[in-house]
Amino acid sequence: MFCFPAMGHRHCCALGPMDPMRRSPSPCPSRPSSPRTPPCEMLGYVGIEAVLDQLKIKAMKMGFEFNIMVVGQSGLGKSTMVNTLFKSKMWKSTVQGLGTPTPQTLKLQSVTHVIEEKGVKLKLTVTDTPGFGDQINNDKCWDPILGYISEQYERYLQEEILITRQRHIPDTRVHCCIYFVPPTGHCLRPLDIEFLQRLCRTVNVVPVIARADSLTIEERETFRRRIQHNLRTHCIEVYPQKCFDEDINDRILNSKIRDRIPFAVVGADREHLVNGRCVLGRKTKWGIIEVENLAHCEFPLLRDLLIRSHLQDLKDITHNVHYENYRVCRLNESHLLPRGPGWVNLAQTPAGPLATPQPSKVHQQAQEDSEDGDEY
Amino acid sequence: MTSEVARHLRGEHQDSGKFHILLKELQLVMLFQTHMPTKTTCLSSQISDDEQNQKKENIRSLTMSGHVGFESLPDQLVNRSIQQGFCFNILCVGETGIGKSTLIDTLFNTNFEDHGSSHFYPHVRLEAQTYELHESNVRLKLTIVNTVGFGDQINKEESYQPIVDYIDAQFEAYLQEELKIKRALSNYHDSRIHVCLYFISPTGHSLKTLDLLAMKSLDSKVNIIPVIAKADAISKAELQKFKIKLMSELVSNGVQIYQFPTDDETIAKINASMNGHLPFAVVGSMDEVKVGNKMVKARQYPWGVVQVENENHCDFVKLREMLICTNMEDLREQTHTRHYELYRRCKLEEMGFTDVGPENKPLSLQETYEAKRHEFYGERQRKEEEMKQMFVQRVKEKEAILKEAERELQAKFEHLKRVHQEERMKLEEKRRLLEEEIIAFSKKKATSEIYQNQPYMASGSNLKKEKDRKKISNAQVLDGGSRRTRESMRAGSLSYRAQSLPQR
Repeated sequence: MFCFPAMGHRHCCALGPMDPMRRSPSPCPSRPSSPRTPPCEMLGYVGIEAVLDQLKIKAMKMGFEFNIMVVGQSGLGKSTMVNTLFKSKMWKSTVQGLGTPTPQTLKLQSVTHVIEEKGVKLKLTVTDTPGFGDQINNDKCWDPILGYISEQYERYLQEEILITRQRHIPDTRVHCCIYFVPPTGHCLRPLDIEFLQRLCRTVNVVPVIARADSLTIEERETFRRRIQHNLRTHCIEVYPQKCFDEDINDRILNSKIRDRIPFAVVGADREHLVNGRCVLGRKTKWGIIEVENLAHCEFPLLRDLLIRSHLQDLKDITHNVHYENYRVCRLNESHLLPRGPGWVNLAQTPAGPLATPQPSKVHQQAQEDSEDGDEY
Repeated sequence: MTSEVARHLRGEHQDSGKFHILLKELQLVMLFQTHMPTKTTCLSSQISDDEQNQKKENIRSLTMSGHVGFESLPDQLVNRSIQQGFCFNILCVGETGIGKSTLIDTLFNTNFEDHGSSHFYPHVRLEAQTYELHESNVRLKLTIVNTVGFGDQINKEESYQPIVDYIDAQFEAYLQEELKIKRALSNYHDSRIHVCLYFISPTGHSLKTLDLLAMKSLDSKVNIIPVIAKADAISKAELQKFKIKLMSELVSNGVQIYQFPTDDETIAKINASMNGHLPFAVVGSMDEVKVGNKMVKARQYPWGVVQVENENHCDFVKLREMLICTNMEDLREQTHTRHYELYRRCKLEEMGFTDVGPENKPLSLQETYEAKRHEFYGERQRKEEEMKQMFVQRVKEKEAILKEAERELQAKFEHLKRVHQEERMKLEEKRRLLEEEIIAFSKKKATSEIYQNQPYMASGSNLKKEKDRKKISNAQVLDGGSRRTRESMRAGSLSYRAQSLPQR
C-alpha cells in the first residue's frame, strides 16, 4: 500500500480569459499544518474504502440536478435534440406559423423534469432560447441569455450568503450550454463568434454542428477544422477547457474530445425499423439516418460527453470556476455601487450591464482583484 | 456501434478507473439495446412528499423511452471524490494515560508516531497530527487531535475551554475562507473536527463531573461518541450496569451525543442496534498474541488474554465498524450541515448581520456589511480626530512645562551672576585698598630712610666715618639688601608707629 505525496489541485490553474483562482488556504495558527503529511502504512485492512459506498448511498438518496441550455437559431433542431438526448418528449418542437409575429425580444423558456433510471433520480432543467439570432438586427441578442445565466448565479449567491441557509441550496445554475452552429459548411459567422466569445467566460459551452445530415462526411471534417481554427483564432475556450485538465489521463481523454468538437449531430425522435431493430432516426427518400450510429452522425459522442462521462465535471467547473468568478465580480462590485434601495433584491437585480461583466470589465476587475486581495 | 465508441473513447490506455466504468456502462448499454426498449418508470410511490414538492414547483416527471445512461452519475461523483481525496478529523478527549493513542493506532491498524505525555502540564494543550492513509484507491487525510494534559491539573476549571476554543478556531478558519472574495474552497484542507471520541475512565460508578461538564460544552459543536476506555478492567456484569448508568446520566443532563442515523433503509437496522450499545467499551492494543494458531491483537494477562477483535471481549469491532465503515460520510455531513451552520449563524448574528431588516424587508449580507463598514469608518475617523486632539494638547502642555523650567533656570543664572559680580567687586575693593597700603608703606619707608641718613651728615668730622659708613652701608645695602630693607622697614615701622616723633 503506497501513499500519495499530496492532494490534487482541482481547477486551480487558469489561462486566457478565465480569472485565476487563488490556491493557498488562509493561515491559521491553531490549524494542523497541511503541507507536511507523513505517509503511513497500514498493517491490515481497516475498511476506509467503505466510504465510497456511503457516498453513493447518500448521492442516490439526494438525487442529482442538471441544467442545460440550448442556444441557436430557430429551425436548427434544438428541441428535437433535447428530446433525443433524454429519450422523451421534453419539448414540442415549435414551428413558427406564418401568421404569428416574430417576438421582438428573446424570451427564455425553462422546463424541468425529473427522470429516473435504476434508482438514480435526475432533476433536469432545459432552457430554450427561441428567437435567438432571428431578427434583422441581432445586436446584443446575447444579453438576455447572459442575463439569465447571471441571474441563476445571483440566485445561488443570495442563498449562499443567507444567515440561515438551507441544507441543500437548489442549484439552478446553467451547467452546460449547447450552441447550435448552422451547417453552412464554411466557417463561424460573426454572430456565432461574438456570442461564443462572451458566453465562454461565464458558462461551459459545447458547440455542435446542427442538422449535420446536410453535409457529407468530408464536408463535415473541413467544416469542423475551420470551426476549430476559428475558435483558436478568437481565443474561445469551449468545454472541455484545456486549462482544467488535471492529470495525464484527463488530458488524453479530453484532447480526443477536443479533436472532435464541434460534434456533427442529427436529432430525431421518431423510431423506424432498420434491419429488424427499432432505432431512432430520420427517414428520407435516400435512406434512414440512424441517430445512434456513429458512422452516420456523432450524436452518441455528444450524449456520452454530456451524460455518461462528464456530467459531474460540468457541474464541478460551473461551481468551482464560473460561479466563483461571478461571485468575485459581484462582491467587488458591491463596493463601487451606491447603496440604493433594493439593489440586492433578486427581483430588482438589473439583467443589464451591471450583472453581466463585459469582457474588458472582467479583465479590469481581475487586475483590481489581484491588488485588492481579501479586502473583505 | 458501441464498440466503436468504446474503442474511440478508450484509446490506448486501459488502466484508468474512468475508462473501466465507461466500459461497464457501454456493456450495459449493449445489453439493453438488444432487447426492446423498456420503459423506465419514475416516481416510485414512497416519495409522496417529493411528488407534492414537484407539483408545487411545477415539475413533471417524465417517462423515458430508452436507456439514457445517467445511472453512472453516482460513479462519476465517486470518481471525483477519489481524485480529490477524503479528509477526516478525529478529536480524542480523555485523561492522560487512558489509552487514546493506542486506540487510534488499533483503529487504523498503524503505528502512528507518538510519544507518551507527561502528567505535569500546567494547561490543557491540543496537538494535531495529520497522516495520509491509502487503501485500494481511497486516499484519506486523517488528522488526529489529542488533548494533552486533560484532567491532570489540580484545578480543572480551565480544562475543557481549550478544546472548545480549538473547535471554534477550526470553524472560524473555514468561515473566513468561505467569506473571502477570492476563495479556494475546493482546495481547502478541511480541519473541522468531524467526530470527538470521549474517553470515559472505567470506574464502574458514574460519570465524573469533569466529563459531564466537558461533554455538555462540546455537544453542540461536535459529534460526540463516548467510549469506555480500558474496558478490560470491568467485568461483564458491571459493564452493563455502568453503561446504563452512563446513558441515563447523559440523558438526564441533556447531553446530546451522536446518534447513528436510521433514516436510510440499508443501514438503519444496524445503526439502530448499535445505538443501543453506546457507549462502546473498547480495548486498544497493537501487540500480537498467539491464540489458537493465529496471531491476534490482544492484551496478555496472567489470567487470560483479552482479544481486541473478539466481540465477546469488547466492542472494538463495533466502534470501528460504526466510525469508519458505515458512518464516516454521515459524520462529515453532520459536521458541515449542522454544527458548522450553527456556528456560522451564531457568529454572523453576533457580528450584527441579519436576514430580515427593520421593516421585515429581506436584508442582504452586503447591505449590512456596507452599513457596518460605513459605521466602522466613521468610528475610525472619529477616533483619529480624538487622538490628534489629544496629541496636540499634550504637546502644548509639555511645551509650557519646558518653558517654565527654562525661565527658572534663567532666573537662577541671573541671580548667581549677580552674586558673583558682587563678590568680585568686593574683592576688587580689597585689592585696591591693599595696593594703596603698599604704596603708602613704601612712601613711608622712603621718607624714613632719608631721615635716618640726615643726622650723620650734620657732624663733618665724622665725614670720613660717614663715608666709610656710607660705603659700608652701601656695601651693606649691596650685600644684605634684605637686611637693610628689613632694618629700614623696622625703622620705618618704628618711625611710622612713632609718627608723632618730631623729626629734626
